[in-house]
Amino acid sequence: MADPTTRTLISAAQLNRARGKITYRIVLTLVVVIFTLVFIGPLYFLFADGLKSTQEAVQVPPTIVPAHLHPDSYAAAWSRVGLARLLVNTLYYAFGALIFQLIFDVAAAYSLSRLRPVLGNVIFALMLATLMIPATVLLVPQYVTVANLPILHLNLIGSPAAIWLPSVANAFNIFLLKRFFDSIPSDLLAAAAIDGASPLRTLRSVVLPISRPILGVVSIFSLVAVWKDFLWPLLVEYGYNPSRETLNVGIFEASSTTTQNLVLAASAMAAVPTLVFFLVFQRNILSGLTAGSLKG
Amino acid sequence: MADLATLRKPAALSPARSRAGDRLGPKVRRNASAHGFLIGAVLCFCFFSWYPMCREVVMSFQKTKLGVTSWAGWANYERIFHDPTFWVAWRNTVEFTVLALIIGYAVPFFVAILLNELRHARGYLRCLVYLPVMLPPTSALLLFAYFYDPTYGLFNDVLRHLDLPVSQWVQSPGTGVPSMAMISVVIAATWMNMGGATLIYLAALQNIPGELYEAAELDGAGLFRKIRHVTIPQTRLILSMLLLLQIVATMQMFVEAFILTNGGAGVNNNTLSVVNLIYQYAFALSGASNYDTASALGVVLMLVLAVFSGGYLWLTRQPER
Repeated sequence: MADPTTRTLISAAQLNRARGKITYRIVLTLVVVIFTLVFIGPLYFLFADGLKSTQEAVQVPPTIVPAHLHPDSYAAAWSRVGLARLLVNTLYYAFGALIFQLIFDVAAAYSLSRLRPVLGNVIFALMLATLMIPATVLLVPQYVTVANLPILHLNLIGSPAAIWLPSVANAFNIFLLKRFFDSIPSDLLAAAAIDGASPLRTLRSVVLPISRPILGVVSIFSLVAVWKDFLWPLLVEYGYNPSRETLNVGIFEASSTTTQNLVLAASAMAAVPTLVFFLVFQRNILSGLTAGSLKG
Repeated sequence: MADLATLRKPAALSPARSRAGDRLGPKVRRNASAHGFLIGAVLCFCFFSWYPMCREVVMSFQKTKLGVTSWAGWANYERIFHDPTFWVAWRNTVEFTVLALIIGYAVPFFVAILLNELRHARGYLRCLVYLPVMLPPTSALLLFAYFYDPTYGLFNDVLRHLDLPVSQWVQSPGTGVPSMAMISVVIAATWMNMGGATLIYLAALQNIPGELYEAAELDGAGLFRKIRHVTIPQTRLILSMLLLLQIVATMQMFVEAFILTNGGAGVNNNTLSVVNLIYQYAFALSGASNYDTASALGVVLMLVLAVFSGGYLWLTRQPER
């Protein structure tokens, strides 16, 4: 991010003195060691203790390194908890939600930013207002609504739409996308209009190709949000039919009836997709985080 | 919603009309297609956000008996205010919020100051701090539940090695303030969530002009005075924004207590949060689920959080003027 020459709390001159250099080395080493212990340490136990036998996992005192490796507890956890099914469910919900969000939120942001319909500002303000009402507060009325959609009288409980459609009502996505679309030079869009491109065509051939970075950020955060959600899928999917539960819910439900080493092995396997995802998209995630939250 | 439905029709017809003649006027056509682009998101907001918001308030004044809904006046509110668990849940939530702010608000700030000074391993450390945020919460919390186990848990083993008294951690029975059970929940929650705040602080720190530190040094300021008189004032806006956001986020605590104590209540309800209580009212009370009472509690929580959200709005408005 910032170039390393940026002046911070401690000046370069101070660091270049002999005492400064030594102190810096010591602090750096301490920070790296402590942070590794605090943030990777627990993950080590997550993966290692899944390899223990059932007795060793609950042995007093706990062992740091598994005395006997039992890779079969991973296999047992996989089949016992039904991880394959949970994984497929979660992927289905997450990517479905992503597609709905990309289609509807991009279209809405484009309309609000570029087509500027009558009452557009009012609609946008009403959308932003929802950011002030946290989701969990609306848990009950949302559940009741999804169970019986007004006018249409549809019951979405148990259907993936109960996760997909509410995820579209994400004012933050629309805000981020609209702000990006606002920054696209008008000349570019005017040129497309002169060539006779319809709004849809302009969106597809001009706006979307330049919006890759912001689409990436929105996609990553929408996938992660569905992946990490617990309470909503617990109510609308598990509550209807346990076979439709997500990874989070499934492992939690299994945790009370499964032995400790299998719980850990299942938790470790559930963590793998997100960890890989993070390592691959690390740069986009970390920069997107601050891009979205700060003035920009 | 009715006007949206009428607005949609011209959108659907517009392709046919656009060639048939421009009698309709370009303005109307433009608007129709613009609303056509909006309609999907607007419907989703109607059904899943705006309508439930109104519905919550309406439901909180209703009662449903044997499928018949009628007005209940303030009965739901009276019921929750007379429920001792209501006060317990609020006390716990405030306790969690305050503890989470003491630990989860100050720690990321100082971690960010520290990370900002380091010239090496920056990317690595940044990833480390954010790693737990990416974990599925169930994985992280089940792992902490394992560490917290009073008999075979790792934390008590460490305490035993250090000849310190062991603890029951989340299973501690005490209901005092602060209770060990709640502190345990806060530690797990902070580990899971501090990455986001840390990285936002870090970005704010990088925007501080270096000259300010130089000027402070010329005036003979030491490290702590520089933090106090330069770093903190310069990041004040971000600090207060995150403070309000974090209050709103922590007051909605649910999943941490729910998973760590297998259902959210803890021993004698000592980790029961307001959202846990909403869940209990609505879905868990042995079949006698009562959406109306839960809605009343939801409205109360909404009003409390609205104060903090309003403060956030006010803060973020300021710099634009």
